[in-house]
Amino acid sequence: MSAAVANLTRDGDGDRGLAGDALRIEHLEVSYRVGRRERKVVSDVSLAIRRGESYGLVGESGCGKSTVAFAAARYLARNGRVSGGRIWVDGRDLWSLSARQLRSLRTHSVAMVYQDPGRALNPSMRIGRQMAEVFEVAQGLTGRAALERAVHMLARVQIASPDRVLRNYPHELSGGMQQRVVIAMALSMSPELLILDEPTTGLDATVEAEVLDLIGRLHAELGNSILFISHNLPVVARMCDRVGVLYAGELIEEGPAAEVFGDPRHPYTVGLLRCMPTYGMRKNDGRLETIPGFLPTPGTITGRCVYADRCGNATERCRVEAPPPVDLGGRTARCFYPERAPGLPRQDLAAPPRGAAAALTARESKSNDGPLLSTRNLSKTYRIAGRALRAVHEVTLDLWPGETLGLVGESGSGKSSLAKLLVGLSSPDAGSEVKLHGEALPASADDRTLEQLKALQMVFQNPGSALNRSQTVRRLLARSLRLARLVGAAREARIAQLAASVRLTAEHLDEKPRRLSGGLKQRVGIARAFAGGPRVVVCDEPTSALDVSVQAAILNLLVELQAQEQVGYIFISHDLNVVHYLSDRIAVLYLGRLMEMGPADRVFSGPHHPYTEALLSANPSLKDEDARRIHLSGELPNALNLPSGCVFHTRCPRKLGAICEREEPPLAEAEPGHAIRCHIPPDLLGRARPRHG
Amino acid sequence: MSVQAAALHASRAAARSRARERWRAALRSKTLLAGVSILGFWIVCALAGARLAPLDPYADDLLATLAPPSAAHWFGTDQLGRDIFARVIVGARDILIVAPLATLLGTVLGTALGLALGYVRGAVDEVASRVIEALQALPLVIVALMALAAVGTSDLTVVLVIGFVFTPLIARTVRSAVLVESELDYVAAARLRGDGTLAIMFVEILPNVLPIAVVEMTVRLGYAIFFVASLSFLGFGIQPPSADWGIAIAENYSLVGSYWWTVLFDAAATASLVVGVNLVADGLAGVFEA
Repeated sequence: MSAAVANLTRDGDGDRGLAGDALRIEHLEVSYRVGRRERKVVSDVSLAIRRGESYGLVGESGCGKSTVAFAAARYLARNGRVSGGRIWVDGRDLWSLSARQLRSLRTHSVAMVYQDPGRALNPSMRIGRQMAEVFEVAQGLTGRAALERAVHMLARVQIASPDRVLRNYPHELSGGMQQRVVIAMALSMSPELLILDEPTTGLDATVEAEVLDLIGRLHAELGNSILFISHNLPVVARMCDRVGVLYAGELIEEGPAAEVFGDPRHPYTVGLLRCMPTYGMRKNDGRLETIPGFLPTPGTITGRCVYADRCGNATERCRVEAPPPVDLGGRTARCFYPERAPGLPRQDLAAPPRGAAAALTARESKSNDGPLLSTRNLSKTYRIAGRALRAVHEVTLDLWPGETLGLVGESGSGKSSLAKLLVGLSSPDAGSEVKLHGEALPASADDRTLEQLKALQMVFQNPGSALNRSQTVRRLLARSLRLARLVGAAREARIAQLAASVRLTAEHLDEKPRRLSGGLKQRVGIARAFAGGPRVVVCDEPTSALDVSVQAAILNLLVELQAQEQVGYIFISHDLNVVHYLSDRIAVLYLGRLMEMGPADRVFSGPHHPYTEALLSANPSLKDEDARRIHLSGELPNALNLPSGCVFHTRCPRKLGAICEREEPPLAEAEPGHAIRCHIPPDLLGRARPRHG
Repeated sequence: MSVQAAALHASRAAARSRARERWRAALRSKTLLAGVSILGFWIVCALAGARLAPLDPYADDLLATLAPPSAAHWFGTDQLGRDIFARVIVGARDILIVAPLATLLGTVLGTALGLALGYVRGAVDEVASRVIEALQALPLVIVALMALAAVGTSDLTVVLVIGFVFTPLIARTVRSAVLVESELDYVAAARLRGDGTLAIMFVEILPNVLPIAVVEMTVRLGYAIFFVASLSFLGFGIQPPSADWGIAIAENYSLVGSYWWTVLFDAAATASLVVGVNLVADGLAGVFEA
């Protein structure tokens, strides 16, 4: 191995030679020791990041992205070890460094930013102290001088009042602010290489957009190299010059971002891009493409192509021989047939699913029965230390049979609180009304009849927490069939039928949840919600814990079940493309209030509320090169101390003036069936610019 | 579909190997192995009792009182000339009945109470939790002594009193685990299908907090053995004519200056049993965490 590496190094042409690379990884192999066995999680990964280049590493969970990043900082977990290959950072062989040299390298040349900024900061230290420490250790500055550098760095990451932030403790800052502080600290030594491991995954869309802009601008200013790790393809497409796609621990495709995303040459990349709902795609347009099969455990497939089992282009050769990276001129694909990738057979996404169109007409004719579920002035106020926190404020909405109502908004907007109120997991304030088929529902699920419980079910965000880990799938479903009052053979038959409807096999039924993958678990969660034949299912971010390739299958399933059973969905998601795909109507929440509600297409195309406009513009898209991003200034106001008048006025880019601070605008119809809460007349409100793609 | 089946088989194989891994971890854990060996030895002694002893543990020999350890009497004899080796072996029986029963009672009651407090919460939980904290501040041996003085002492009352004393301690541990479980969505899902409070507590949550209760029980068993031995020493635990170690120590401790063997072996037996149980508790906790 070492001879081969030496060879490669010598042969590297001048341009991509060692000196020009901030990070160079050759034939990296990393193994983790689990019990007594070694499991290879990264195999034969080679990549190089030039000075000033930003490099994206994408892949689904468990593909080894973070492991590569940790290896690049020589910071693997205790049970992990590099079992092969070499890494150079800034021209220095990482494994030849002594402990002192390594420390110096980490101080001056490499910096890392992790996913959760809250955990990267010391909770018991003021920001000023933490930041000053960096300069004290690295540059020997003391007291005043170190603090001044800290202020300078905070100004650099566009924190408006650095002096105030320096005096804060981490918990006093929002997630976006915390991440900025972490980035400021990472950049304070002007590192040659900045490793960003899912830096915006825990942040809201509008905050994510801001942080990404900030990273982009700093990158342009400082000219350092970036290794950007993310599962989010649009984000990587936006941020990076080059990308590498990891699958089961192997780098299966690598090249300039525009080429890889625009003209992918590995069937996995092709599949991944196809299964994301693209901007403007609707459920009536057809199903989403999926990647068949499951992600393999890294290291379990050797001696053949890791993707062969799931690949539509695979031949006999792929199953007996592992393809090497094939050079395609400045890019590589680990595939025997890179030229065939664009022609990867498409799945039969036959015509719009039955009934979905019918549902729409049903709604348009406003079936005589009236709405399935309706709320009037639904409010929820929490009391915190004697002060009122209005989580949900006077929400009035209707859901029709077979319809999907999408709920969007940032975290803290009251989406999940509203979901809980609807299903009765928390009780609304007096004066609120929730009606099912025109009949008032008791506030708490505990007081509802079996019929009512049966009719209104929920699919939870995290399938791991929503399934009891001590019960088999069969038992889980059986217990939910209590609602249908089924016993004995009839119950067994219904379980089999339910499992089949969410494509679980008979073998899955006797497994406990921990043996199932995330996608399979969510199928069980959906089967459980459908056990009693519900009329309304509240879906709280049902795909946000899942990988892209799994998400498509779950969305398809939800569409099919809806078409078959004519259930109404309340669908909560932060992913606007997903909401748009699935929803007939969309409601936009901000600080517990409905800001806008209308048909999905109308909400997207406009006229729309300035808040909706900002959300839409923050929505990353693979093909969006538009720089005209709308920024929301400031942060979500404290819900304990709401702004007067229109609650959005503190951040509104289109604030009119005093009237916005004085008077709360009504939720007025801008056009039939499309209501907007804004003082600006509808014809002056923003509209979507035509997008390509 | 074949891919799906293959993946499932792979995941099953992985799960089986995980179970095997855990079992191997248990076997590999030297702590657990040492603990089980010690505990096993005393259980054999308790079961076989006099049959294992070379001499009759209850036979007086007034010609050989307070004889030092010798080939005839390996651990020497006591004030009545009884063979101490035989008595140490037989003495394991009562404590190994009383202490585990008391612990089991405390675990069952404590788990039920912890489930109720952790799931129902509210004012009852507030009050009960403060009371439990107050109880923990008291020296438990004194509490138990007073209770036994009031109700009279017998094996049964010792079991009941120690069981009740342990109940709040175990309840506290279980409660904190239940608080975490209650926040998980499967509990919400159970409410949404109309499950009652008892069903949620005992069918949904209990299986998930059971490992914690089991580890807590083994830890408490160590305490219980020490507890029973202390009570016996004070005369409120196991009663003569049992060959119990605590009683033996109480009868002979004034002689320890000249006749050390009358106390040493019983004390060592008690200590080894406590250590053995604690090793098992540590080992189990390690295996459950792995």
